[in-house]
Parts: sequence; C-alpha cells; structure tokens
Amino acid sequence: MNEDLNMLEQTALNEYKYGFVTDIDTDIIPKGLNEDVVTLISKKKNEPEWMLNWRLKAYAHWLKLEEPKWPNVKYPPINYQDIIYYAAPKKKEQLNSLDEVDPELLRTFEKLGISLNEQKRLTGVAVDVVMDSVSIATSFKEQLSEIGVIFCSISEAIQKHPDLVKKHLGSVVPMTDNYFAALNSAVFTDGSFCYIPKGVRCPMELSTYFRINAENSGQFERTLIIAEEESYVSYLEGCTAPMRDENQLHAAVVELVAMKKAEIKYSTVQNWYPGDKDGNGGIYNFVTKRGMCQGEHSKISWTQVETGSAITWKYPSVILKGDYSIGEFYSVAFTNHHQQADTGTKMIHLGKNTRSRIVSKGISAGQSQNSYRGLVRAAKGATNARNYSQCDSLLLGDKCGAHTFPYIEVKNKTAIVEHEATTSKIGEDQLFYCRQRGIDAETAVALIVNGFAKEVMNQLPMEFAIEAQKLLAISMEGSVG
Amino acid sequence: MLSIKNIHANIEGKEILKGINLEIKAGEVHAIMGPNGSGKSTLASVLAGREEYEVTEGEVTFLEKDLLELSTEDRAREGLFLAFQYPVEIPGVSTTNFIKAAVNEKRKYQGEELLDAVAFLKMMKQKMALVEIDQSLLSRSINEGFSGGEKKRNEVFQMAMLEPKLAILDETDSGLDIDALRIVANGINKLRNENRAILLITHYQRLLDYIQPDFVHVLYNGKIVKSGTKELALELEDKGYDFITDEADLAASL
Repeated sequence: MNEDLNMLEQTALNEYKYGFVTDIDTDIIPKGLNEDVVTLISKKKNEPEWMLNWRLKAYAHWLKLEEPKWPNVKYPPINYQDIIYYAAPKKKEQLNSLDEVDPELLRTFEKLGISLNEQKRLTGVAVDVVMDSVSIATSFKEQLSEIGVIFCSISEAIQKHPDLVKKHLGSVVPMTDNYFAALNSAVFTDGSFCYIPKGVRCPMELSTYFRINAENSGQFERTLIIAEEESYVSYLEGCTAPMRDENQLHAAVVELVAMKKAEIKYSTVQNWYPGDKDGNGGIYNFVTKRGMCQGEHSKISWTQVETGSAITWKYPSVILKGDYSIGEFYSVAFTNHHQQADTGTKMIHLGKNTRSRIVSKGISAGQSQNSYRGLVRAAKGATNARNYSQCDSLLLGDKCGAHTFPYIEVKNKTAIVEHEATTSKIGEDQLFYCRQRGIDAETAVALIVNGFAKEVMNQLPMEFAIEAQKLLAISMEGSVG
Repeated sequence: MLSIKNIHANIEGKEILKGINLEIKAGEVHAIMGPNGSGKSTLASVLAGREEYEVTEGEVTFLEKDLLELSTEDRAREGLFLAFQYPVEIPGVSTTNFIKAAVNEKRKYQGEELLDAVAFLKMMKQKMALVEIDQSLLSRSINEGFSGGEKKRNEVFQMAMLEPKLAILDETDSGLDIDALRIVANGINKLRNENRAILLITHYQRLLDYIQPDFVHVLYNGKIVKSGTKELALELEDKGYDFITDEADLAASL
C-alpha cells in the first residue's frame, strides 16, 4: 500500500501556464455596486433605455435575494462592494478590422494559443474574444453574415439587433432566477451572441474565449444563442485567468433557445485559474447555464470539461418543452489540491416523448471536493419521458471527496428515469499492472483517468478534444508523485 | 540470468517467504509448484516489485543488476514480465493503446527508437497469430468483460509483444478449460527460446503436460523443499503434495 498511496497523496507543484498578466491600459470604474454603477455600465456601453431599465430591475431584485447556501462548497463571505464591475482594455476608437486591435492584446491571445488572424487559422473556427468586460474582436464575422448567421458580442447585438435581444434575453434564465443570475443581469458587461436563421447549418464552430486580466475585477458575461427552426450550431467556449492571490468572481449566464428541429451543441473547456496548491486565490465560477428546447424534435447538448476554478457552481440544464425534444449533459469535472466543485445538471421534461441523457464523470485528487448534483423532473404532461443518468466518481488518493446528490421528481406514470452511480478509487492493482508493463505511475494515472473520462471526451469536437485531454493531463500533474 | 539468494519477505508483518534460493539461466524453463498458501504468488509479486511486500533479507540479481533496487517499471523495462493470475481491468483504455504505451516505454528505456503506428500494427499482426487472439479483442478496453480465457490469452499476447528476458507466468492455467489451456500453452511454447527464461507458477501439473519444464521446484511454507526435473511433477500428480510436505514438516520438527 505504502508507496503508491503516498504518490497519490503527494501534491506537488502544479504549473498553471496561463497565469501571466497583460500590461495594458485599462479603463476601470471604482469598486463597489449600487444603482449608479449599474447606470454607469449601461452608459459606458451606450445602451438604449430599455436595457438600462432591465438592469436596474434586476439589481433591485438582487438586493432582495440571499446568496445560496445549499451547494457543497465552503468559502469566506464575498464582499460585493469590493469588486470592480467594469474593466475594459482601453481602445482608441471603434475597430473596423482585426488589424486595428492593440498588438499587445493580439500577443496575449497568441500566447494563449488563440489566433485572431483569420489567415493563420487552419480550421474553420470563428472566435469572439472577451477580455475582462468587453469583447475584443470577432473573427469570420463577414463570412458568417453571408449565410445569415449573426455572431458578435452581446453589446453589439444590443445595438444592432435589439429586437432579437429583447425577445430572448432572460427568456430562459429570468433575471429573478437566482442570486448570481440576478447579479449578472444587473452588471453583465459583455459576452457572445449567436443567431442561426431557419434551415441553416452553421458551417464552422463558433467559439468564445474569455480572459480575465484586470485585478480585483469580476467577470460577468452573458451569452445568448438562438437556433431557429431546423438549424444547427456547435459552439465552444474556453477561459483562463492570471494567477493571483485573491479570489475573483466570475458569474456568467448562458441562455440557449432551440426552435423546432434545431440543434445546439455547446461545449466548454473551463480552465479558470484554480488557485495554488495551498488553496490561495483562484476564480469563483458561479454560472447559470440553461437551454430551452422550445420546438418539437429540438436538441440541446451540453458538454463540459471542468478543470479550473477554485470553486465551481454550475448546472447546465435543459428545459424539454417541445415534444420529442432531447437534452444531453456530458461532464468531466476534475478537482485537485483544494478545489471544490458542485456541478451537474437539471433536465426538466415538460413535453411528450422527451428524452434526456446525463453522463457525469467526477475525478477528485489532492484535498479537493467534487460533487455531482442533478435534478431530473418529469412534469404531469411529460408522457413517455425518458431519462438515463450515469454518475461515476474516481478518487485519486484518500484525502479527497466525491459526492452525488441526485434529485428525481416524476409526476407522470409513463415516465422512466434510470440512475446509475459508481465510485471507484484508482486501484493499487491497476497501478501495479501498468507499472509491471513499464508504464510509470504518473503516466498510468493519466491513462486511467483518460479512460474514465473517454465517453465524455468523445463528445467534444475533434480539435477541442485533444486540447481537453492535454489540459486534463496538465491539471493532473502533481496529483501523483 | 536470475539469481535469488535467501529471500525473505513479509506482508503486513507476516513472513511469507522464508529463505528462497533459485538460479535460472537463459533458455531454461522452471516450474514452481506447491500447495495453496505456500508462497508461490508472493514470490512472483516480490520479483515484479509489488510494494505491499517487504523484502527483509536476501538478494536478487537479474542480468547483473540488483533487482530489488529497481523500481517496478524499470524491472519491466529491463525485461522482466509477469503474466498476472488475475489480470486487471482498466475501463476506457483500449488494449492496443495500452500495449503500445508499454512497448514504447520499454524502447525509450532501452534507448531504441519508438514505434510509430504502422510499425506497431505490423508487429501486432505478427504476434497475434502466436496466441490466436482476435483483433476485436484488442480494440476493447483492457480486460474489461473478457472471459477468463481471453484474459490469459491477452497476457501471453502482451508477453509476445514485450519480448521479455524473463517471463513469470503466475497460475496462467487457472480457470481455463482444456481448449483454452492448449491455446495459451502453445503460445508460451512458441515464445520459448535460448535467450529467454520462463518461470511457471502453477498448482497443477496439467500445464506441464503442454509446457515441458527443465526443472521443477516444490515450494512449501515459504521455502523450496524439493527440486528436480519434470519427473518430479509427475510424481506429485501421482502422490499428491503430502508426500513432500509431510517430509518437510517432519524435517522442520526435528
């Protein structure tokens, strides 16, 4: 037992290679939150009256709410007056093309492996990059607009497509939904907006890359994706932040709307700074993500690979309103050192013959705590609803924890809900078997973990899957000696 | 090739091996037989470097190196192979990828060039025929849902791929029906050559009907109490272990 176990217990230095800070002129507003700050944000973004009113309403509601205490995570109280709610890299004027982007910013994203230079990109992935509170640039915009696809920052959408925004913003995640959603609704600064018109199969992956740079700031982005009838879109998001000793708050809201026979595939590789090995610093990732299968035969699929953040609190969910609609949730959550994750999904079956599938793989190492929390609800009218849930946990070492909180509410007799859960430890036997074949312990653990997560990884688009696999390997460094 | 001198080993403070001496030369096949609980599998585990076992006394030299100083993985890379009595399942890891990782780790250690996918597949095709293993089995997760026979065949296949200097086969015959036993034994026979030593650990002599050993040792109560040629195995089959163990018990009590 002794040595292998020690290896699993040992938590060595885990290098977070995205931890640098970009030295750039930033337009920031003073710390703190009140009506004036909300108004100032709206003003800075030159928003129409209706948007400001919406924000103020959300702010008023937020004041009445209390921070949720039910997640299985622990953190000191957040001082919401000690956060900067708007920080934007200064730009000289309105950008007309990518060539006008500050070269320092371009270098930052090159360093992160995100090329904004369209000519340089080998694969057809359109990228919107958001740094702190604003969108820096969106690539392939013109090519996409030729087929009617709108892909831009949400700020631009508010200016240029107010009707679409007005109609859908808050339609899936109301501003009153929860504490962090209300906060986001009041102070969100940017995010991505995608609109896929009827019958269009979006020819390239759309992706947003989020980066926190400024100190003491929070990031509150808002993403809205609308897929009209018989359309299809695959959307990816990635994120990183500098290494800092203090915790930074990230409270995003993502809303997806899928009309009749539309399909949205939403993939996340979450790699916010997780804090150091002693649990100092790191991002609080408190996110509300929800999709609405509005039309019949629509489909929404969430895939997430969560390796970053000091604390993760997110439940990408699907409301299955349209008959025959399908919701999927595939998740790999890896926690190391002192990270805490409380993540899962909600599948709300409203329509007839709706189906959902949940595959959650939690991997805990170090002294981390990893919880799956999921709700499957079949409403009265959800005749023949089907759900299959599978929650597997893998423990590396014996100081970490894995928890499963499944909630099932069935109000229709014809609904069938299946739930399977397993918890396993990387066995000494497995490690010995690998080592006897010449594979060292660290490589063996990576092999075993990747095998464990494979079913979910297979759901990711190809170029992302490779990145995610590497990320998982990097996150695991130091989880064995 | 392998020289074991007066090995004593404990698990959780309990002494299992109580002074084992054994010399194995290249090209030889040795069989270690013995009743349950005599320490056969412990010997295999100690040689392979399983860390639950503590070696308290004695030394082991393997190819002029101090075996006990080497890590588990380095022993494997030096050419020591253990076919497991109970091969371990690793969900989601394909057998092919697993073996490829193992082969290349060894090549890296030996300073050889790594095999690319094409060269590896070519090698695999060659070796597959030896143990009559099916391609479809190799694309499945390693040992997951394999039958007893498939698991053992997979062990012998890995042995073929890794081309060890010394192969220790721990109860490779257990749980096999007669057809599976014949296939596995044939595979092992094909892997016999003058540069390779094989140590067969078995409870029954029936495996030795298929694989003719050069030497047979009887392990009892942590010690080799009798050594001989293959005739010894037949004698054991005939008379049972009692005729040796009684003798050993008597000797011990004097």
